[in-house]
Amino acid sequence: MPQYVLKVNGDEHVIDAPNDMPLLYVLRDRLGITGPKYGCGVGICGACTSHVGNSVARPCIVRIDSVGAQEVTTIEGLATGDVLHPVQQAWIDEDVAQCGFCQPGQIMTAVALLAQIANPTDADIDAAMSENVCRCGTYVRIRAAIKRAAAALQQA
Amino acid sequence: MAGRSDRTAVTTDDESVATITSPSRRSFLQYSLAGSATLVMGSTFVGDEAAASISLPELGEILDFPDVIALAEAPYASNLLLEITTGNRVRFELPRLDKGQGIATAFAMLIADELDSDYERTDVTLSDRRADRPFSITGNSAAIRALWDPVRSLCAHARARLVTAAALRWSVRASSLRTSQSSVIATDGRIATYGELSAEAARVAIPLIPVTPKPVSQYKIVGTKRARKNARAIVTGTEKYTLDTSVAGAMPTVVARAPDIGGSVLSWNGAVAASMPGVIGIVPIPNGIAVTAQTFKQAFDARDALQISWRPGPVRGQSDAGMRNTLRQINTPLTPVLPLVGSLSATFEFPYLAHAMMEVMSAVADVRDQSAEIWYASQSPNFVAAQVAQSTGIPASKVKIHIPFAGGSFGRRLFGEAAVEAALVSKALRMPVKLMWTRNDDMRHGRFRPLSRCDIRASWLAGATLSYEHHIAAARNDFRHGLGDALTAAGVNVVPDLFNQVGFITMISLPYRFGNTSSKLVEKELGVPTASWRSVYSGVMTVANEIFIDEMARIRRYDEVDFRLRHLDSAAAERCLRYVAAAGAWGRTMPRGQAQGVAVHAEYRSAVAYLVEIDTTGPEPRLLKAYCAVDVGVPVNVSGLQAQMQGSLIDGWSVMFRAGNHVDDGRIREGSFGDFHWARMRHAPVTTQVHVFPAEGSNAEPGGAGELGITAAAAACVNAYARATKTQPRRFPVQEYD
Ligand code: FES
Ligand code: FES
Repeated sequence: MPQYVLKVNGDEHVIDAPNDMPLLYVLRDRLGITGPKYGCGVGICGACTSHVGNSVARPCIVRIDSVGAQEVTTIEGLATGDVLHPVQQAWIDEDVAQCGFCQPGQIMTAVALLAQIANPTDADIDAAMSENVCRCGTYVRIRAAIKRAAAALQQA
Repeated sequence: MAGRSDRTAVTTDDESVATITSPSRRSFLQYSLAGSATLVMGSTFVGDEAAASISLPELGEILDFPDVIALAEAPYASNLLLEITTGNRVRFELPRLDKGQGIATAFAMLIADELDSDYERTDVTLSDRRADRPFSITGNSAAIRALWDPVRSLCAHARARLVTAAALRWSVRASSLRTSQSSVIATDGRIATYGELSAEAARVAIPLIPVTPKPVSQYKIVGTKRARKNARAIVTGTEKYTLDTSVAGAMPTVVARAPDIGGSVLSWNGAVAASMPGVIGIVPIPNGIAVTAQTFKQAFDARDALQISWRPGPVRGQSDAGMRNTLRQINTPLTPVLPLVGSLSATFEFPYLAHAMMEVMSAVADVRDQSAEIWYASQSPNFVAAQVAQSTGIPASKVKIHIPFAGGSFGRRLFGEAAVEAALVSKALRMPVKLMWTRNDDMRHGRFRPLSRCDIRASWLAGATLSYEHHIAAARNDFRHGLGDALTAAGVNVVPDLFNQVGFITMISLPYRFGNTSSKLVEKELGVPTASWRSVYSGVMTVANEIFIDEMARIRRYDEVDFRLRHLDSAAAERCLRYVAAAGAWGRTMPRGQAQGVAVHAEYRSAVAYLVEIDTTGPEPRLLKAYCAVDVGVPVNVSGLQAQMQGSLIDGWSVMFRAGNHVDDGRIREGSFGDFHWARMRHAPVTTQVHVFPAEGSNAEPGGAGELGITAAAAACVNAYARATKTQPRRFPVQEYD
């Protein structure tokens, strides 16, 4: 079985896995990194959303052999020690989560959006966030939290 | 009911208590010193679990369904656990499932207020299944209502003991002491934390101050906004849902399921699958073949390599067109209208609808040595324990169920198929397993809101409404979970129609003066598995009513808001409606293709109104704005309540415009979020305002909130659409048929 060196949230892991193994099951079943959730397994719900390199990715459809030397960042890797990322803090301040199951993915998508567009319009938010399902219907607060985080990031 | 005599048979020897609150509650409170120095308040029910049944006919006299739940639980009201640790933390074990509706946070607020504990040091955890709470069921928006009095009494009592302990320690009058932020404080400034006092408090024989809960008007935390307690855990990815719990050695497990609904295995060969990398075990279970492997990916691959021939399922050959036809044939005919009288008749059809929680059904099980330990986010853990017991042969008393926080439920977790499957596989492999339903499994082999048809007819003469008839025919809703216990569940198995009719009568209300009104339910078993879906019968009937009432108002040349105000006989609903009409400037001129829509709902002793604005000129209709006003008697967490109302709007939009399930030749057509079109960010209104009416009066009591919003939200969206497009939607979801 091929061997891979994976960099996840700053740590290096050596993993034996078949080359078509999706990253999600490496993270969850092999490394015990359970922040990324299974919601569909086919890349259409966004529950697993994480970052690979500098872009948003859906680990459920990212093969391990495509990751290479890129750093993988999951929701667990977003905060710096005890200091939350401004997007995480905005999520708490707007009391976004209901069941919370979709929120790691929502947050990782929002972080990537704000990295690209510092001050997104409602249309930008619609476009970037519409690939993440929230079954509890927290969209109104997600939008408010993104705007709050955008303001906080610009002040920083 | 049997529980009643048990309650009165126990007398209290605690005078000061008996005079203050009802003896039936107090008499079961026992106190014990657990470990070395922790005040554990709680109690054990002294009755016999088997004797505590509810006789079904009695239920019909009750006001609404949450009362049924509260009544069933009443004998166990004091079987609650509140703990004050020497580390000065308060911990309450909530015998309910928090699945995103926020009850853990709401109870932390209530407890901190009543106990005067430090909110930040007040923890609410989800209780394991408890056999001494046989009726623990999370449903029908009843959690706060059913536990309101018991929790307040428990906290008032604990506070009285802590104050008494301090009074004895300092030799001062108990009534001179005050409490704040988890401390007892004397007039001279001496202070002791609850943690320091907990051991002495546990030994207090008779509290020296009254144990009456505070009037609602004295609450300082209840009625404010708090972020949910686990917000930080959620945003850092550390909240542990079922499959995130680390149970040593529990291995990923999936099940190969039949292509047909309810199909079963005829023959199978697992030789190839068994030799695949990572595969640990293959276990036939009654509804499929389970595969356990090192990772879920390897389990999926091995599952796909199984060679299985399937027996057809019970609805092979049938599709929803035929089932709709069946409903048309069985529905109770409407009464013909007299000549010269105005009338309107309409039929509304609602599809099967998956619960589609974000977290798929999943369970962890460790079964060995004639005992089972299960992790499953259940709305009815005692029912699930009984089912696990039945299928594994392990006595129910040996089935331990832990309740993780759930990633949504909406009624689905009243049932526990995943827990039973996990237990069977664990038992066969003699090792712990973590079993997951894939999204396809969840959508194609899950349960559905019943296919339903509502026939409505109203008649009027001049300004007076003479009659209003609403006859619904539906696929039978599966209530076999009963009230969360094994006993009523057994009763439902014997007489399902009776239980469903009782449910129907207690859930359905028409908050209007419409002359002669009648509601009738006919259900038929159509072979597709069903389960209550947020709001159960109201979820379709009230929606249909509110759409119908809008049309009737227009035909009779009334303004839709004015017409409702003339006929409503719920003051709370009227107040909500007036509020949104003013806030949303009802009747303002809108551009072509845009319109406002309103709807109201009163249930669970609460009321709500929505006013939404829609734009139908784009490629697909979209909500622009929404206003909501809600009256729940006593709002506990205002932020949580607003979140429920906002979420209900997305639910309402999704189910009325976008999402539904179809049966094609015995199979469910949709498989995932690619074809089950739940609303996304681009469908959500940019602006929503939710007004929460504060509690009024010191004796205000909380109504239900969890499911309250969806019906009015759903109808308001359709009403706006109908006004914008001048159409009459009859079949849902709208975007599929218009
Ligand atoms: S689980 Fe990866 S997108 Fe749904
Ligand atoms: S918060 Fe429950 S799915 Fe988004």
